[in-house]
Amino acid sequence: MIDLKNSVQSDIKTQEYFLNMGPQHPATHGVLRLILKLDGETVVGIEPDLGFIHRGIEKMCEYDTYRQIIHLTDRMDYLSSHINNEAVALAVEKALEVEVSDRIKVIRTMMDELTRIASHLLWWGVMGMDIGALTTFMYAFRDREMINEIMEETTGARLTMSYNIPGGVMFDLHPGFPKRVKEFIKHMRQVLPEYDRLLTGNIIFQKRMKGVGILKKEDALNWGATGPVARGSGLHTDIRKRFPYSAYDRVEFEEAVEEGGDNLARYQVRMREMYESLDILEQLVDNIPEGPYQMPMRNLIKLPKGEFYQRVETARGELGVFIVSDGKKNPYRVKFRSPGFSNLNALLKVGLGWKIADLVAIMSTFDFVIPDIDR
Amino acid sequence: MTNEELINYISAWNQDAEFQLPATGENQLIGILEDIPSPFLNIEIPASHLKTFLQRLKEDPELDFDVLFNMAGMDWGKTLGVIYFLESYTKKHAITVSVQSEDRENPLLPTVSDLWFAAHLHECEIYDMFGIRFEGHNGLKRLFLTPDFEGFPLRKDYEDDYMIIRK
Repeated sequence: MIDLKNSVQSDIKTQEYFLNMGPQHPATHGVLRLILKLDGETVVGIEPDLGFIHRGIEKMCEYDTYRQIIHLTDRMDYLSSHINNEAVALAVEKALEVEVSDRIKVIRTMMDELTRIASHLLWWGVMGMDIGALTTFMYAFRDREMINEIMEETTGARLTMSYNIPGGVMFDLHPGFPKRVKEFIKHMRQVLPEYDRLLTGNIIFQKRMKGVGILKKEDALNWGATGPVARGSGLHTDIRKRFPYSAYDRVEFEEAVEEGGDNLARYQVRMREMYESLDILEQLVDNIPEGPYQMPMRNLIKLPKGEFYQRVETARGELGVFIVSDGKKNPYRVKFRSPGFSNLNALLKVGLGWKIADLVAIMSTFDFVIPDIDR
Repeated sequence: MTNEELINYISAWNQDAEFQLPATGENQLIGILEDIPSPFLNIEIPASHLKTFLQRLKEDPELDFDVLFNMAGMDWGKTLGVIYFLESYTKKHAITVSVQSEDRENPLLPTVSDLWFAAHLHECEIYDMFGIRFEGHNGLKRLFLTPDFEGFPLRKDYEDDYMIIRK
């Protein structure tokens, strides 16, 4: 029998060439262009070309009031829009030393977790599609619709909610909210095992995931990875645990951490996070305290002089909001440390040495949202 | 370590013959602008000492700043600057290091992307938006804007009557 593996010389060098991946590549989920340097089919260099959807949000913030900034943050990572809003609202409240009521904290936490599940569902569906399993997309979007309806009922919007404002939330919860959330939890607990049966155990899927795109623990730290990407490499980076905000200090949940560092580990972190989010929702849905949903705040907010920093955990990783105020109604400088931007930084190294098809799978498990990178 | 322990520990480096923190006295060591308080312990350092200082922060086993979790370019009016946000994964403490450049025409700072690769894209972004070049950076380029774009938009003196609506 011919030994195929050894009969092909592996040390043949071909001429290196460049290939454009994107900006209209279906697997980049947006306008991300990667200039790949290839040796045969092996990636030996990745150069990102960004800015196709750069809107200069940081500059726009310098001419907007603090109430207006919130609406810009929706458009960064549009799948974690509620959490982005919250980051700015928390930073402003921290600066003004406003303590919000328990009701606000619980509402925010529940909305955060619904957002996280919705984001992970979309990721799950689209990731399956990237590696050739079209059915996952239908399943995920069917179930994500339930969250969109919950959001629409209370906040009036399905995607860019702008529900958080400094000092509270825009409207009180819709009376039907607890009932719908309970229905959703029940439904999700039924369908999540179905997801596993559909995709996780699939042999083709396993081959695409296991041992591919390995990110080592110390590299993840040094290369700036956060969120599920870092937790897939065994790092305990969850901001909800490290610096609890809103109601995260009063709920019990387990931080999903996997040691593998490969595609499968990152996949499993997100799958486990959906269960954890359901747990958090379950603990809070019957215990929504009474109280005001907005704290009294001046219409025109002026922050005291100073630098303010707020870290939150979005569905993609750590979002940092850095506000420098000189005491006027507009901030002097706003810097958003977006999770996608730093994870892309890690991808530039993780992707090296893999085939193009593997790079598609790796990018799927990194879960990029391009407006989050470009800002 | 708490902020106080950190500042004591780092201040002790002044006695080290090999390494001199340029500013002696507590007030000059803390805070980038005296009247702007910072949420983290902030150490201001001149550009000439930046690289050795950051390297020592990273490699000192007691401090062990192994994560660069954010980097922000700043335009302070007269000077341009960069703020480095560092934290230690194991020791759980955080610090910011700020550096300023008087030269607005051709600001130049040493790169830290060889210490923390996390700085790689951040430095490109700061070059793109503030025009600060990083010496030794492997592949510094305009990240979001086109290569022939004129000016650096996040600077305070950037003028664009068409795109910027001043309210």
